[in-house]
Amino acid sequence: MAGSEVKHDPQLEKQIDPATGEYRVIAPGQTFRSVTEKITRIVLTPTTPLGWLAIFGVGGALATMLLVALTWLFLEGTGIWGITQPVAWGFAIINFVWWIGIGHAGTLISAILLLFKQSWRNSISRFAEAMTIFAVVCAGMFPVLHLGRPWLGYWLFPIPLTMTVWPQFRSPLMWDVFAVSTYATISIVFWYIGMVPDFGTMRDRAESKFAKYAYGLCSLGWRGSVRHWARYETASLLLAGLATPLVLSVHTVISFDFAVAVLPGWHTTIFPPYFVAGAIYSGFAMVLTLAIPLRKFYHLEELVTERHIDNMGKVMLATGFIVAYGYFMEVFMAWYSGSHWEAFMMWNRMFGPMGWSYWVLVTCNLAIPLTTLWSRRLRTSIPFMFFISIVVNTGMWFERFVIVVTSLYRDFLPSAWGTYRATRWDYMTYVGTLGLFTALFLLFVRFLPMIPMSEIRMMLPGARITAKKAAEAGD
Amino acid sequence: MAAREGIYGLLAEFETPGELIRAAQQARKDGWRRMDCYTPYPVEEAAEAIGFHRNKVPLVTLVGGLMGLVAMFLLEVWISVLAYPLNIGGRPTYSWPAFIVPAYEWTILFAGLSAAFGMLALNGLPALYHPLFNAPNFRDGATTDKFFLCLEALDPKFDLAEAKKYLLSFEPVSVVEVEF
Repeated sequence: MAGSEVKHDPQLEKQIDPATGEYRVIAPGQTFRSVTEKITRIVLTPTTPLGWLAIFGVGGALATMLLVALTWLFLEGTGIWGITQPVAWGFAIINFVWWIGIGHAGTLISAILLLFKQSWRNSISRFAEAMTIFAVVCAGMFPVLHLGRPWLGYWLFPIPLTMTVWPQFRSPLMWDVFAVSTYATISIVFWYIGMVPDFGTMRDRAESKFAKYAYGLCSLGWRGSVRHWARYETASLLLAGLATPLVLSVHTVISFDFAVAVLPGWHTTIFPPYFVAGAIYSGFAMVLTLAIPLRKFYHLEELVTERHIDNMGKVMLATGFIVAYGYFMEVFMAWYSGSHWEAFMMWNRMFGPMGWSYWVLVTCNLAIPLTTLWSRRLRTSIPFMFFISIVVNTGMWFERFVIVVTSLYRDFLPSAWGTYRATRWDYMTYVGTLGLFTALFLLFVRFLPMIPMSEIRMMLPGARITAKKAAEAGD
Repeated sequence: MAAREGIYGLLAEFETPGELIRAAQQARKDGWRRMDCYTPYPVEEAAEAIGFHRNKVPLVTLVGGLMGLVAMFLLEVWISVLAYPLNIGGRPTYSWPAFIVPAYEWTILFAGLSAAFGMLALNGLPALYHPLFNAPNFRDGATTDKFFLCLEALDPKFDLAEAKKYLLSFEPVSVVEVEF
């Protein structure tokens, strides 16, 4: 741009709302039609961007690798993974907890921030929710694969089988089945219901006959009647109100899988809140990882503004401190409990053979983000926030590694100690789910409206109801 | 859908939500009952203006949630006490605190599904056909940036010429006849 040397960038000045001194949620000068055009054009163009194809190719290739890894797993069994005694949980459970945690930010943005009337969330809620669903898809796979005989996974459900065996409802692993399956179902329903009016818009804006039919069917015949909108708004609020206790319960129940066991390092009462905060921390990091390239490549800077990046940085700062409190409490309780096993576990976690993983986690989750996210300049610096999002995602993966592996591999009697080393199949499965996630997300961006148009319209100046507008419009 | 003959109603198009709300309020005051507004985003005031204040979605959700709660809790009790009792160290088979979590999840599951599908059912959706889509200006505007008021032919006050004149008094962008 010309005049880039000028200190006071007029482009930047325009982004700041003089009333609040904050970045604007939506850049000025947008109308109902311009917003609609902008969002539908991304989907309704017949040409697919080359960059999309390239990244989809990479994601698809990695997802194919996942298929290879899973085929071999089905043929050979879980022996191809690094899991052994005493570390029987390994990558499968690490990845399960990591992925499902990522999903939590999507529900937080779409449900909890809706209840708190944080309207800045509107621009990012749809793709954050899509992220939730695809993360749950990746997460849900792992416990089933970890069963050893995944084709018997349906035994988890209370269904009348010929051998009349029923599930054991006193086990947190069983609770998990219900928490995760409910979470997946409600997330999909909430996401779809949110898209119905936008499908109506897509149907009406589509050029090709096929797109008209496809979006027409998806829109369920939505026509925007205010009676429909009233029920729709009630249902959305109720779904948000239901998703809020749900999302808090999901990672709580997952933490029960650990906390109910008697193992040092797992058997603590701090786990439920600490898991939920960690989930939101990593989830916001993932939203940033996705939002930053998306707004750049699809030129959505006017809808996903610095305000969103800034606010997400603040949420990460807050949840990061809850996570830090969790880490601190673990260390404190290891000492304060007076338990020899607890103290040894903590020492081993920090300075044992796998101590490096603990320091990676401290660096990535505490040292880098919690010192820098205080600065507004850094919070609104796009490259820095992208960097931080990757750092926190890495750190949160290591947190789960530390919890699962370093608690298990040296528990009580030294004669029962072991070690853990992931195999290439472990890595292929993990990287494969990253590919699957990427591929699914790209399909979403290409075929579905990634920003909720009806919610954006509500925030535009045109939606304000003025007393004397009729006189000027009816000239 | 059964093909019906004649006019479904008269559709007036407005540029702003304010004009729509004033027109709808006036029409309601003048005794119109069979009418509806169509907007590209939720306009609560318009629903109020045509006399739509409450809806049954919360009730459906409550009933659904209670059904989920009861269903799962009874299922757990039946399985753990009657169908497949497991004696683990002599602990009671009716260990209700352990049953809370799945029952809680199913409360949310059933309530959420009831809210979503109940809303659609009360709205009469999915609908494969609606006469309004026959209006030439409806599809370009109703889901993008225009605000519509439709006086339906079923209203006892409805008379094509009279109603058209009435709607034109609100100075809309256009008034069109909608056929079935």
